[in-house]
Amino acid sequence: MYAQMVKSEGMKTLDEMSPEERAFQERIDRGEKIEPKEWMPDGYRKTLVRQIGQHAHSEIVGQLPEGNWITRAPTLERKAILLAKVQDEAGHGLYLYSAAETLGVSRDELTGKLLSGKMKYSSIFNYPTLTWADMGAVGWLVDGAAIMNQVPLQRTSYGPYSRAMIRICKEESFHQRQGYAIMMKMARGTPEQKEMAQDALNRFWYPALMMFGPSDKDSVHSAQSMAWKIKMNTNDELRQKFVDETVPQAEYLGLTVPDETLRWNDARGHYDFAQPDWDEFFEVLKGNGPCNRERLEARREAWERGAWFRDGLNAYADKAAARRASASIAAE
Amino acid sequence: MPSLPDMTTPDVMALARDAAASQPHDPHLQDVDLKPAFFDWLCRMGDNTAILGHRISEWCGHGPVLEEDIALANTALDLIGHTQMWLGLAAEVEDAGRTADDLAFLRDAMKYRNVQLVELPNRDMAHTLMREFLFDAWHVEMLTALLQSGSPRVAEIAAKALKEVGYHVERSSDLVVRLGDGTDESHARMQDALDRLWPYAGELFLGDGVDAAVAKAGIAPAPGDLRAAWERTVDAVLDEATLRKPEGRFDVHRGGKQGRHTEHLGFILAEMQFLQRAYPGASW
Ligand SMILES: [Fe+2]
Ligand SMILES: [Fe+2]
Ligand SMILES: [Fe+2]
Repeated sequence: MYAQMVKSEGMKTLDEMSPEERAFQERIDRGEKIEPKEWMPDGYRKTLVRQIGQHAHSEIVGQLPEGNWITRAPTLERKAILLAKVQDEAGHGLYLYSAAETLGVSRDELTGKLLSGKMKYSSIFNYPTLTWADMGAVGWLVDGAAIMNQVPLQRTSYGPYSRAMIRICKEESFHQRQGYAIMMKMARGTPEQKEMAQDALNRFWYPALMMFGPSDKDSVHSAQSMAWKIKMNTNDELRQKFVDETVPQAEYLGLTVPDETLRWNDARGHYDFAQPDWDEFFEVLKGNGPCNRERLEARREAWERGAWFRDGLNAYADKAAARRASASIAAE
Repeated sequence: MPSLPDMTTPDVMALARDAAASQPHDPHLQDVDLKPAFFDWLCRMGDNTAILGHRISEWCGHGPVLEEDIALANTALDLIGHTQMWLGLAAEVEDAGRTADDLAFLRDAMKYRNVQLVELPNRDMAHTLMREFLFDAWHVEMLTALLQSGSPRVAEIAAKALKEVGYHVERSSDLVVRLGDGTDESHARMQDALDRLWPYAGELFLGDGVDAAVAKAGIAPAPGDLRAAWERTVDAVLDEATLRKPEGRFDVHRGGKQGRHTEHLGFILAEMQFLQRAYPGASW
């Protein structure tokens, strides 16, 4: 998922709540949507800003690993599909920043926090894309994992967030299918293509499992977020669902999931699988992933090099407004 | 934005055959004498959009503001879509078993037919946008003229592409005006871009034997016929942008249309063609 380890404020029981807080919680329990102008607890607002902001940043930074292959796409059609996909991701960023703006925080403010490292984006985008098969693996596994989290979030309690998720989910499922289509071509292609496909799965499997975040079954933050319906499932539930859906897809491709302990557990009705290396996950969050520095640098450079462009457009807008104002005075 | 093909369609080839069968009959496709010139001319159209689309796509994820990231990707996507149509028709005309992808990914620089303007590096947004504007202002006139083409297949492609290119020229003109008349820095950058790109713009209007043959067959206008309309657009936009039209010749750098390129094209192709070259015969 694109928001990992989002901290929310501590959890209160209905008895400990103020009348306002209780009425708010009861609305959520009834399945009502909360809209921007309505009263909400401070913690609800802050948690949502962190979560939506982190999700938006992930869409934006997420352009980079795939953008890396646009100029090397092997056919015109693949190039067009990849361009459309990366364009969608930028669009998702835009919807999400707009949703965050309804909570009183501007896009520039959030961007500033991303570039200064105060806010995070998903750990997955700190991994490199090394071969064309990675365009398949990213669509299949990364967009696939994102969908696991985002489909339930369509029912989240905050209206603008829920509506953004509904728009985004439609496009994400297309992304996942096109990623899988690339994997299919590669897995059934030449021996070299099949080798690339297997290598991509080997490299992206565990980082994809990390996208859901460490187990949060005992976390108070998660419990509060779930009570507020800004988190709909535990991390473990979503990870299990992802594994259960993905393993048969890998088998269909004739590829091997890089987990020797992976097996179907009849009693549980789920696959048993190995956890990713959580030390690696925390290292990546700290900035020690393979591409953290490059990704953030790329975004900083884009922002800094774009300053004259943004200033130019603003200056023109000011001049045009002044010209309109003096024209209307002259007309009076 | 063009609609993307449905990835789940089981038999894409059957769909392509149906689509081909529904194409209007075009006698030019069987004209043996015309073939070499018609093929070359179609490659020029498709190579221009392929290489410009490639350059613009280099911005992906690195734009100055999110709306620009989206607009640049969208423009590149349109141009790649046009490339598929032009090179697809070129392959049909050639009738030698090559596909649009073969033409895009397996021709070396010598065989590429784009004007040099589109292969120059992006440098910054000022150069990227000014180049787009100089090209778009030509592109829209060319496609408009091609609506009247004696070749129904060419006219059909032009009609599809024109919808998008009308928007491209609107967007690039608007940005040239705003940035030209923005801050001192944005003005200076736009002027610098214009001065640098100007000597490459004229190649769009230079005709040769290929152009003459295609014009004679009633397929396309002679390149020089588009110049007056292009100059009107350019003069008006530069004037509003408070930019100074360079005094020097605008057709200094030429030869791209005949396969003589700048040093930059080889690097574009090395990148673009890497997979097709490294894994010959693989299907992607
Ligand atoms: Fe997305
Ligand atoms: Fe995504
Ligand atoms: Fe996506």
